[in-house]
Amino acid sequence: MTLFPMPPLPSNDKRWKIVNGTMRRHGYTRHALIETLHTVQTSFGYLDDESIRFVAKSLRVPLSQAYGVVTFYHYFSLKPPGEHTATVCTGTACYIKGADRLIASSERHLEIKQGETTPNGKISLMTARCVGACGRAPVVIMDGELMGDATSEKMLEQFERWTV
Amino acid sequence: MNLEELQQIADNSKQERERADYEINVCMGTGCLSQHSDKIKDDLATEASVSNKRIIVRRTGCMGLCASGPLVLVEPTNVLYQHVSNDRARDIIASVDTEPIPELLCDLREHFDDQVHVVLENSGRIDPEKIEDYIGRDGYLALVTALTDMTPASIIDEITKSGLKGRGGGGYPTGLKWGTVAKARGDLKYVICNADEGDPGAFMDRSVLESDPQRVIEGMAIAAYAVGASRGFVYVRAEYPLAVSRFNTALRDARRRGLLGNNICGTDFDFDIEIRLGAGAFVCGEETALLQSIEGKRGMPKPRPPYPAVSGLWGKPTLINNVESFANIAPIIRKGHEWFAKMGTEKSKGTKVFALTGKIAHTGLVEVPMGMPLRQIIFGIGGGVPDGHKFKAVQTGGPSGGCIPEEHLDIPVSYESLIGVGSMMGSGGMIVMDDTSCMVNVAKFFLQFCMEESCGKCIPCRAGTAQMHQILTKICDGEGTHEDLDVLVDLCGTIKETSLCGLGMSAPNPVLSTLRYFRNEYLEHIDNKNCPAGVCACGTRAVAEAEVHA
Repeated sequence: MTLFPMPPLPSNDKRWKIVNGTMRRHGYTRHALIETLHTVQTSFGYLDDESIRFVAKSLRVPLSQAYGVVTFYHYFSLKPPGEHTATVCTGTACYIKGADRLIASSERHLEIKQGETTPNGKISLMTARCVGACGRAPVVIMDGELMGDATSEKMLEQFERWTV
Repeated sequence: MNLEELQQIADNSKQERERADYEINVCMGTGCLSQHSDKIKDDLATEASVSNKRIIVRRTGCMGLCASGPLVLVEPTNVLYQHVSNDRARDIIASVDTEPIPELLCDLREHFDDQVHVVLENSGRIDPEKIEDYIGRDGYLALVTALTDMTPASIIDEITKSGLKGRGGGGYPTGLKWGTVAKARGDLKYVICNADEGDPGAFMDRSVLESDPQRVIEGMAIAAYAVGASRGFVYVRAEYPLAVSRFNTALRDARRRGLLGNNICGTDFDFDIEIRLGAGAFVCGEETALLQSIEGKRGMPKPRPPYPAVSGLWGKPTLINNVESFANIAPIIRKGHEWFAKMGTEKSKGTKVFALTGKIAHTGLVEVPMGMPLRQIIFGIGGGVPDGHKFKAVQTGGPSGGCIPEEHLDIPVSYESLIGVGSMMGSGGMIVMDDTSCMVNVAKFFLQFCMEESCGKCIPCRAGTAQMHQILTKICDGEGTHEDLDVLVDLCGTIKETSLCGLGMSAPNPVLSTLRYFRNEYLEHIDNKNCPAGVCACGTRAVAEAEVHA
């Protein structure tokens, strides 16, 4: 059991219980910070001020340190994702096979920059370091599903399907 | 679990296989799964059940030839099918006892015949989520033997004599590392498996975790017994969801069978493993940064010494090895150090798994004995550069490595020879580039990577990589000068010598190696404002093309 006062759950949202579960499993130790942030991001899609404060307080980690960790690791996002996400892999194999052209054509089509979401909140265009599917480069992950031998045409088709 | 019980499980597994006349293995690694090989497996199983033949349809890990997926292997006839689609399930089942289907046949002798599979011996042949399959192929024999018949010292001796070196890239002798941790004083020690495969263009570790996770667990448990550790962590990238899920299943199965937990095999040896997810920071592949990350902090490297072997996770002695290193342990214990040391060169023993990607015909995963010439790997096993293009360079070692030109392709692959030509072994990514790649742009690509991944702790790396990137951008844009090249070389030296960790120390390598072998491309950008490969937006050609498109 913990000997310090636990902060109350931010709301009745059931997802906070899942977050709390991760912390409990690690005995509310400070080194559970990254694991807990993973759970928050999986449950809510991103990390906002409220969730970072809650996790920091629960684990007795200074808020500055929690924020430092969130901004250090690329995997954590401070912005809510769009309804759909296209993640272009920018690993070396994908770069050699023209990933930059995929990004450029998507940026033109969606009229946003990589890392941004369309103003209507429909599509986010993200990049990943390397998803390890180099055998099928260039690779794009469309809502969690891997698209191998990706082309601009295939991507734009998917964007069309998402926007209707 | 003792030897008899292990034998019993293995026998059951073998009997089950013997009851079938044919086994159909369906690759369900990340590559093939993205082409819905799971549905193909279901359809094959359905068709098999309604046929009157005795067939086992099995989910397996990676078969290596990712570009030809989805792959299906029929045993014992050893027929490999490529680009299999759902509607062929019935044909495949119908043809198991007759002639193979010609249009699906993947007949690549030159690709498979020269490979030697040690780490990948089970990949594509067992169900990664069934511990019985692993035990049926001599799995856990090494652990049980080690625990019941060997002392920690004799295990370390065996690993030392085998000549195994760290497969994560550094090439530090594994036995020596184990010995240091074993000697370190402390009642609590840790064993960590580094599966933070950050090198873009490399996927060996992902594949091993997805295809044969029990092998890594067995290797870690033997290591823990040898160095006196009781807790283990696997630090794996969050970008590898399938590997994480299969490893989790494997951990549960190993615990259920008493191969992890307390009093393993009836001895007083306790050991268990937890998974820690990385969060997308390349620098966390550096061991001191990895430790910080497991402790829940920003992954910033620390000066060494003290080395993790003496003072690692939470200040305790910690053994950190790469996935592939651990995957080599069980076969060494099972077959002996002489067997292992027979493979390879004088200083680099055993085999190495490479991820062959880029402009190469047979993209995928290969395992070859150390000492095989690069040319044989790329043009023999890899099938060479497709579409009539000309080979230009092969990049090894990720952002820390270098580009090797055609003239050095006859060197035998080993830790020493790759360093000799200005690159390094790295974790095993091998990216082939042809005449459509601009080597200045490639250098810029890697420098951008290092600049963004620099943790910011030490100035040479944080500011130096940014400076270098700026100069390379200038050259790519056709605005570079000869003085820029001098400054670039100067910066390379400073960053190499004064950075704190491996990321910074090796960040200049892509620039140094391209300057060494492709200086004319740099000069062409500077003097003639021309990118020979037509990649960079510099010079007249690019401008003219841009106008055509506009």
